[in-house]
Amino acid sequence: MNPVLNSALNTTINPGMAPVATPFFFYLLAGLAIAGGVLVITRRNSVHSALALIGTLLSVAGLYLMLYAPFVAAAQIIVYAGGIMVLFLFVIMLVNIERVSKERRFNRIWPAGVSAACGLMALFVFAFVKGKALFPDRLMTLRESSNTQEIATMLYGERGKMGQYSFGQYTFTFEIASLLLLVAILGAVIMTKKKM
Amino acid sequence: MPNFVMSYLGSTVTPGQAGNQFWALIYVLIIFAGVSVAVVAMNWIERKALAHFQIRLGPMRVGPHGLLQPIADALKLMLKEDIIPAEADQFVFWVAPLIGLLAAFAVYTVIPFGPSQAVSDMNIGILFMLGVSSLGALGIVVAGWASNSHYPLIGALRSTAQMVSYEVAMGLAVVSAVLMTSLNSTGTGTLSMIGIVQAQQQQGTWFIFKFFPLGLLAFMIFAIAMIAETNRAPFDMAEAESELTAGYHTEYSGLRWSLFMLAEYAAMIAVSSIAVTLWLGGWMRPFPNLLQAPLWEFTFSLFPGLTFLGLAAIAGVGTARMPSHSFFRIQRIGLGVFASLLASIALLLLLIAVAGRSADTSIAARFSEGIGYVYWFVLKVAIFMYLFIWYRATWPRYRFDQLMRVGWKVLLPISLGVLIATAIVGVIIS
Repeated sequence: MNPVLNSALNTTINPGMAPVATPFFFYLLAGLAIAGGVLVITRRNSVHSALALIGTLLSVAGLYLMLYAPFVAAAQIIVYAGGIMVLFLFVIMLVNIERVSKERRFNRIWPAGVSAACGLMALFVFAFVKGKALFPDRLMTLRESSNTQEIATMLYGERGKMGQYSFGQYTFTFEIASLLLLVAILGAVIMTKKKM
Repeated sequence: MPNFVMSYLGSTVTPGQAGNQFWALIYVLIIFAGVSVAVVAMNWIERKALAHFQIRLGPMRVGPHGLLQPIADALKLMLKEDIIPAEADQFVFWVAPLIGLLAAFAVYTVIPFGPSQAVSDMNIGILFMLGVSSLGALGIVVAGWASNSHYPLIGALRSTAQMVSYEVAMGLAVVSAVLMTSLNSTGTGTLSMIGIVQAQQQQGTWFIFKFFPLGLLAFMIFAIAMIAETNRAPFDMAEAESELTAGYHTEYSGLRWSLFMLAEYAAMIAVSSIAVTLWLGGWMRPFPNLLQAPLWEFTFSLFPGLTFLGLAAIAGVGTARMPSHSFFRIQRIGLGVFASLLASIALLLLLIAVAGRSADTSIAARFSEGIGYVYWFVLKVAIFMYLFIWYRATWPRYRFDQLMRVGWKVLLPISLGVLIATAIVGVIIS
């Protein structure tokens, strides 16, 4: 390469990655997620609710991306937005929506829901306020020039370790989770089987 | 300014990696325009090829050999009345085609047309592609429901069931290809689209030939599942016109309907490029490791120009064979202009190839190299697009229960077996 080219390259292309974690994107995605969540519980039409839920799930996937966890974001899109929500819609379409929207809702359980939500919120606020004292070994300082690779390494350890963790250190937890899924699948098979 | 442009042409990373939003935008615009042109061309080729399969002529009236037919179609669709049924769910009806279109076009951000000819290179590239293209199913489901009509609803339900079933086999086939990328010194594979092609380059083989016949089997499972994913014949249950009028888009008309068509063809190109990237060596020309003498490099760099020269020759023969009646004069002139346009593109490409060889400026060499990468990638994808037409002309439509049986009882066990066998062979070899 000739020298002119090299200097031009250096000025136009910065070596690290441009920061994606700007406050603008955070507030945008968080706002979309909350708005979607509110729409899910306020819409009477369940297809509209499902669409709002998809919006929420996608914005949460965006938030994962901002936390430098692209794998989790992709898993979120594939499993929830792409797989589960399609099945949701599939089931909702087989339900008579006109009748459902006229029926009374399960109004008696809302106090339980509100208290659970408040408890979760309190837990988050507590962790946010007292977090430094509770987990002193988790403190990290970011330099101004840190690029995505460095930050991701600091947050989650080295690349390519995810598989080693889930099949090494945390095998038991991992298998317990898959056992849960197996139980659910067996239940579904038994429920749909007509003759035992 | 020229310096700035030249500096980017010599770059070895994608705009996404460089964090250069301006060039990323330009790449996005180029890809958007390219895909739209490809869809228009595909529309003409499909009608023409199907007609010739059935011993018909196909479109012949609008332009020489119907070459302007896609433009006429597009104009018709734009001018047509846009009807929203009175009982339809207005908002959802309006948003459904957009979901499909966005999902189909979003995947193009990670398609690697060359080692630096992609908008961005994510380290989760293949997952991103599979995830976002599965969102396309949402557009279809929601369109069928919002129409508030029987045939669209049945079409949408069929399409959902089909996509969910075939996604499983497709995912397992993809995983077995990703497993093959981990056969290197570090033992860590990659999900990045560019990384997958580079792994094939390092291992000196396309993954379709790796661990014969395991790679071939995985590729075949993917090739079958991707037809079902894009709702094309013989798996076009969602729009089976003999049973469901037009399936999920029965109630759509005009521009909105054309958005569905655009999304369908864009999705076809996208899944074909996944297949090309994972199993057919992506942007690599044939035998990049075996025939790597400079003379071979030069020979292969002539291919893009020669292809256009061949197309120009076909158009030229068409011009010469046009009947000499005065009715055909304008058509003849039009086809002649088209032939000379193709020939001049061919000359330009040949000129770039020669300049890239003789000149010592690295820019020309890199530019010619880049054209080569894009050419081989597009050529491989084009073969798949032709196969899509060929399948449609050859096979009758499956019955729905047969479709499900093939998906769950044939493809799924085979793909699981291939995955396990690939893992075992990989462990034994390394």
